[in-house]
Amino acid sequence: MNDHPLSLKETVLWGCLGLFAFLGLWTFLSTSGVVPSQFLPTPLEVVQRIIRLIGAPFAGATLQQHLASSFERYAFGVVLAAAVGIPLGLLMGWYRLLDDVVTPIFDGLRFIAPIAWVPFAALWFGTGIGGPVLIIFAGAFPPCLINAYRGARFVEPRLVEAARMLGTGSYRMITEILLPASLPSIVSGLRVSAGLGWQSLVGAELIVAAAGVGFMMVQAQANVATPTVMAGMIAIGIVGMIIDVLLRQGEAWMRRRRGLEA
Amino acid sequence: MGSIRFDKVDKIFGSSRDGVKALDNINLEIGEKEFVAIVGPSGCGKTTCLRMVAGFEAPSAGTVSVSGKTVTEPGPDRAVVFQQFALFPWKSVRENIDLGLRNKNLSKADRAQKIEAALKLMNLESHADAFPHQLSGGMQQRVAIARAYVLDPDVLLMDEPFGALDAQTRVVMQEELVRLARVNPRTVLFITHAVEEAVYLADRVAIMTRRPGRIKEVLDIKSVREAEGWDRFSKIEDVMDLESFVHLRTQIWKSLREEKGSQVV
Ligand SMILES: Nc1ncnc2c1ncn2[C@@H]1O[C@H](COP(=O)(O)OP(=O)(O)OP(=O)(O)O)[C@@H](O)[C@H]1O
Ligand SMILES: [Mg+2]
Repeated sequence: MNDHPLSLKETVLWGCLGLFAFLGLWTFLSTSGVVPSQFLPTPLEVVQRIIRLIGAPFAGATLQQHLASSFERYAFGVVLAAAVGIPLGLLMGWYRLLDDVVTPIFDGLRFIAPIAWVPFAALWFGTGIGGPVLIIFAGAFPPCLINAYRGARFVEPRLVEAARMLGTGSYRMITEILLPASLPSIVSGLRVSAGLGWQSLVGAELIVAAAGVGFMMVQAQANVATPTVMAGMIAIGIVGMIIDVLLRQGEAWMRRRRGLEA
Repeated sequence: MGSIRFDKVDKIFGSSRDGVKALDNINLEIGEKEFVAIVGPSGCGKTTCLRMVAGFEAPSAGTVSVSGKTVTEPGPDRAVVFQQFALFPWKSVRENIDLGLRNKNLSKADRAQKIEAALKLMNLESHADAFPHQLSGGMQQRVAIARAYVLDPDVLLMDEPFGALDAQTRVVMQEELVRLARVNPRTVLFITHAVEEAVYLADRVAIMTRRPGRIKEVLDIKSVREAEGWDRFSKIEDVMDLESFVHLRTQIWKSLREEKGSQVV
C-alpha cells in the first residue's frame, strides 16, 4: 500500500478494467459450458431479467415493490436499533451501575448471529413485519450501543470536568456533553449498523417474509430461475452501496462542521 | 465569601502501600479577593492542589475548605480555567458561556445581558457566534475566562491558563487579567511555571518543594507593589524593569533553584 496515490481518472480507469475482467470471466464461465448455464446465467441474461422484473411482477410484486417492502422493514429495524441502542449506550457510559448490569447480558447476546433469531422470529411473528424487524434489529443494535457507549465512556475527561464545574446536571451532561462528544463515534456505529442490518434483512426475508427481495429470491430459486436470483443479489448490492455512500457523506459533513479532519 | 483554606492536606495517589505521595502537609490560607500564585518544580503537586479546591480530587488526609465549607464536589462557586481551555467544540462562544448560566436557571433576559457583558469584558463581541475551532488560542482562552467570570464565582482557579499561548498573546492576556482583577476582584488561585507572571499578577506567591510537595515559603508581593507603586505602569515590561520587581523575581528563582533535580523553567 505504498504506491503513489492514483489520480481520479486512473482510479476510474482501473476500476472499470477490473469490472470488465470480472464480467468477461463470468461470461466465459457461463457461455463456455464450464458451469451449466442453468446454474450460472450470463450477465446479459441478468440485465434483461432485471429490466423484466421492473416491468412485470414476480412473486406478487415488481422488483421495485419488493425493494420497497424490504426497505420499509429495514428502516424500521435500524431506526428501532438506533432509538434503543444510542440512548442506552450513552446512559451506560455515564452510569457505572447500569454499565455493570447490562454489559454481561449484552456481551452474551451480541455474539449470536442475527440469523440465529430466525426460529423465534418465525414463532413470534409468522411472516408479519415483526420477524424481519427483529432480525434486522439483532444485527443493527450492537454497533449502535457499543459506539454510543464507547463515545460516552471515553469523552475527554477535561470536558466532563468543565461541565461539572459549570454545575451541569446528569440530563444536560448526557444530552449536551456526552451525546455531541460521542457523535463521530455514533455515526460510524450507525454506518456499521446500517450495513449489518441490510445484510441481515435479506437473510431474514429468505425465511420469514411474504414479500421483499429475499422472498423474491427464494421463490425464484424454487423455480430454478437463476437470473432472477442474480437480479436480486445485484439489487441488494446496489442499494447497500447507496446506503453506505449516503451515510459516509453524512459523516464527512458532520466532521467538517465540527472542524475535524475530513 | 471566597476564602480558601488548606488544612494539613496530604495527597497520595494509588494504594496507601505502594502509592505516590504527591502532597505532604499543605497548609495555606487565601483571603477573600486575594490573588495567590503557586510556583514549583514540575510534578510537585500544583495541579493537584487546584483540583482539590475545584472538587475534582479529594485529599487523602486533612481538609480543603472554601468560604468555611469543606469541599466535596465541583460547583459553579469555584470556576476553573483550564490550561487547554476545555471549551465545548460543538457549542458556539455564546453557548459555551451560556451553559453555566442555564444551569443556574436564570431567566433568558438575565442570561442574555450577562453574556453580553462577559463578551464585552473579554473583547469577544464580534466572535459570539463562532465555534472554538475557528478561534486563535488567545481567543479561546478569553472564552474560557469569560465562561468562568460570568458565573460570578467566589473563587477563580487557573491552572497555567496561559501556558499554551505564544509569548505576545501571553503578555496581552496577563495585562488583561490584571485589568479584570481590578474591575471585578475575585479570590484567585493561579498556577504557573513562569516566575515573572506570578510576581506580576499575584498578591502573594507560594513556592512549593519538589515531590512530595510542601509549601516552602510564601512571599508577599502586594506590599512591595503598593510601596513601589507598580500600578503606575500599565505595561508589563515597564513593571518588569523595576528594581523591586527584579529583586522579588530573583528571590523566587533562587528558592526554586534550591529544589535540586527540579526541571523548573
Ligand atoms: N491521577 C493521578 N494518578 C496518579 N498519580 C498522579 C495523578 N495525578 C497526579 N499524579 C502525580 O502526582 C504528582 C503531582 O502531579 P501534579 O499534576 O499535581 O503536578 P504539577 O505540579 O501540576 O506538575 P506540572 O508543573 O508538570 O503541571 C506527580 O508526580 C504526578 O505524577
Ligand atoms: Mg500541573
